[in-house]
Amino acid sequence: MRLVTFTRFRFLTILALSMLALTPEAFAVDTATRATGFKLANGMDVVVIPDHRSPVVTHMVWYRVGSADEVRGKSGIAHFLEHLMFKSTDKIPVGEFSKIVSRLGGQDNAFTGHDTTAYFQHVAKDRLGKMMEMEADRMVNLRLDEKEVLTERNVILEERRSRIDNNPSALLDEQMNAALYLNDPYGTPVIGWYHEMQQLSRQDALTFYKHYYAPNNAILIVSGDVTPDEVKTLAEQTYGKIPTNPDVTTVRHRPSEPPPIAARRLELKDPRAGNYSMQRYYLTPSYVTAKPGEAEALDLLMKIAGSGTTSRIYKKLVVESKLATSAGGDYSGSSLDSGTISLYAVAADGVPLPKVEAAIDDVIADVVKNGVTEAELARAKRSYLADYIYESDNQATLARRYGWNLAIGRTVADVEGWPAAISKVTADDVKKVAGEYFNLKASVTGYLIPDQSGVAQAEDVPPPSANSELR
Amino acid sequence: MQTLSRETATVVRAVARHNIAVALAMLTSFAFLSFSRPAAAMNIQQITSPGGIHAWLVEEHSVPLISLRYAFDGGNSQDPEGKAGVANFITAMMDEGAGNLTSEEYQERMEDISMRMRYDDTKDSLYGSFETLTANRDKAAELLKLSVQKPRFDDDAVERIRQQLIANIIYADKDPSKVAMREWYAQAFAGHPYARPSSGTVETVSKIKRDDLVAYHKRIFARDNLKVVAVGDISPAELGKLIDDVFGGLPAKADLFPVAKVQPLTGGSQCVVEMGVPQSVAVFGLGAMPRKDPDFMAAFVVNHILGGGGFSAKLMEEVREKRGLAYSVYTYIQPDRYTSILVGSVATKNASMGDSLNIIRNEMKKMAENGPTEADLNAAKSYLTGSYALRFDTNSKIASQLLGLMQEGFGPDYVENRNKMIDAVTLADAKRVAARLLKPDDLIVTVVGKPDGMKSEIPAAQSRVAAPTRG
Repeated sequence: MRLVTFTRFRFLTILALSMLALTPEAFAVDTATRATGFKLANGMDVVVIPDHRSPVVTHMVWYRVGSADEVRGKSGIAHFLEHLMFKSTDKIPVGEFSKIVSRLGGQDNAFTGHDTTAYFQHVAKDRLGKMMEMEADRMVNLRLDEKEVLTERNVILEERRSRIDNNPSALLDEQMNAALYLNDPYGTPVIGWYHEMQQLSRQDALTFYKHYYAPNNAILIVSGDVTPDEVKTLAEQTYGKIPTNPDVTTVRHRPSEPPPIAARRLELKDPRAGNYSMQRYYLTPSYVTAKPGEAEALDLLMKIAGSGTTSRIYKKLVVESKLATSAGGDYSGSSLDSGTISLYAVAADGVPLPKVEAAIDDVIADVVKNGVTEAELARAKRSYLADYIYESDNQATLARRYGWNLAIGRTVADVEGWPAAISKVTADDVKKVAGEYFNLKASVTGYLIPDQSGVAQAEDVPPPSANSELR
Repeated sequence: MQTLSRETATVVRAVARHNIAVALAMLTSFAFLSFSRPAAAMNIQQITSPGGIHAWLVEEHSVPLISLRYAFDGGNSQDPEGKAGVANFITAMMDEGAGNLTSEEYQERMEDISMRMRYDDTKDSLYGSFETLTANRDKAAELLKLSVQKPRFDDDAVERIRQQLIANIIYADKDPSKVAMREWYAQAFAGHPYARPSSGTVETVSKIKRDDLVAYHKRIFARDNLKVVAVGDISPAELGKLIDDVFGGLPAKADLFPVAKVQPLTGGSQCVVEMGVPQSVAVFGLGAMPRKDPDFMAAFVVNHILGGGGFSAKLMEEVREKRGLAYSVYTYIQPDRYTSILVGSVATKNASMGDSLNIIRNEMKKMAENGPTEADLNAAKSYLTGSYALRFDTNSKIASQLLGLMQEGFGPDYVENRNKMIDAVTLADAKRVAARLLKPDDLIVTVVGKPDGMKSEIPAAQSRVAAPTRG
């Protein structure tokens, strides 16, 4: 499973700055966005990231639960519950949550990944207390009506059609993940398999909710025009009053992968495919599972090999040999279980995919054999540092970076130590991870082939054993 | 978005509650959102460079960044007849070599100094955005200057980008939502430049020659149709020098083709494009008030209540929340320079498209006949005024908001008056304007998919193109 790319850790320290020999004035911002972390008495983690440029705040609650924690056969329940969290509580009538936020001039939304589920509001600073009150209320007081649940189930089925079934690239991604992970639940799509989504019930949602939604399984992130003291006071008055759930622990056990022994390949034929294209995913460690320095080396490796028009893959396939119209790759390491390297290329007109694939393999073989140059490495490091400065313009981006990392078990110190860790990576480190993790036995290669023979799609099928709730 | 770009693959990884945010993010590149301004005092300086170029500046020295956003009037409605896609082609060529630097050299230098630059085209404008770290300002400005004044359009780069653009078009041609929007414009504005596909077609892009790019650049990139906004770590004097360096060498006057004012065809039509997808996508819309119409603000508020306000909007309530028919349904008002439209979209399984559109028509009709309630109006005003500040919490958001204002001919004082204008909309105004705006019989509807029981019904076209006016 590769996670959304905004999760990359790009925080700097003064140490990293001086090591990279960029002009110091460029990094005056560094201390302005340093986060403060603490814990409430009931076990809820809190992180505050002050930014006083504008009188607004981003308020997020992250739960340490995602779709990879679902019981087998109930795929999609984590995301379904996320939708249902907007229904009602004793205090808030059906559908009113978002309307209240809206009347207060705020914006709200939520999202689910394999490792986490998060809820957030973006509001004027004087509304923060109200947001905390409402979010704390629905952490324990959710009320679900059977009819509301069934209506919302149709919404998530439409969401699946919009995001996956109407898009052959998304279908290929889904199939490739399913093939890459033999045992780990990252092989199951976050939104769920269609036939299982059709059967998710009110009770499934409540069971999941009652176990996982608790202050000791949650992380509060507030960024923007606030101080840690203000947040602490408000948090104690709201979240702080919710009792700990002793049944949920922060240690998360997932089925692990057996040793990989076979390269996997698949092809998806679809008339909507556009051009011939290919992708490849490799299993790698993540920031959580890697040995010290490995994940950082993988980040730099893929920046050099696959990011943008100056990357090796783009230059070789698109500029020089003209076998592809676009090509690249990246490393996604912000996950609890494994991370992935992914590569992709869209074939130029008339170029057979095996030829494109062979060209990518040549680039990879060269990196594995000869490593990267010092100049490439320095440029890649500089690029990460600059990204940090650019991202410090956006309080919501900062909030997500801390939230995501804490949700997978990392700490504020890990996040803020990342630039120093990146700066320590040597060309040898990069060569070493390239040699170790460009391993075809731990990979899946997918071809997307335009073909008129029929659309790949999830059909509306009667559930194999329809239960009474479906009628 | 390319077939297998990282963006595409990333979208499916974290599944959000709804994609209104995505729709809004997309729309922020258009001028119409620009009237949402912060109440917060923000010091907008109007400066004129020594060379006579006018710009707005918001100084913000707490982050060592400079954001520049600029626009040339023109956009893709200035593509020559039979060569749709020239403006879009240019936007992809601006970092492909300039002055004495080849494409590869140019991009490596950009990366070396961590400068960011991108170009976008809309119907009426060609936008540029540029960000640099303060420390690298002079070097970055030099590179930007080369791009703006001396793009090379080398043959190999032209051919490489052409292949990418064609791949994008082939992909977009199979994306039901893109096809539905393209067809909507083709139906609404038959005979007008707005009816042409903005990125061109495979046929037109194949025909575009280097000379076409050179000619377009010469006609559009000029000082008299340039608008510039800067936000960040720069003084007025430094900005004056920077914009003179970058833009001062451009021709004094642009040479725009005349474009006629136009209204979408009235009388209603329905166009069904068959595509084998599990979910149909519809785009529906009609003519709206121009930006400077005295009723525009009331129309904006009415649209918010009908379809623009996320979960508080009537369409979301009826289509998604009550019936579970769709994941997303929304409308927005887009005042372009030569027209103004209210347009929306819904996606639902093929069997539900007819029902969904009937519900949408019915809600429009109800709103036209009865207008909103007092409570609806108050909730909308409360959101629209209260969320004002959220549009100004990052440097880059401020820059694009202010640029929109400049383009629409407003002064910086708009920022302070905007909330008063929203508050001044009375219930009587909202009812009157709802009746003026919402005419379900005039709806132009395009559907892509295999919607049950729906066929194309297109009356003989009548041209609504007025006499051309000079751009």
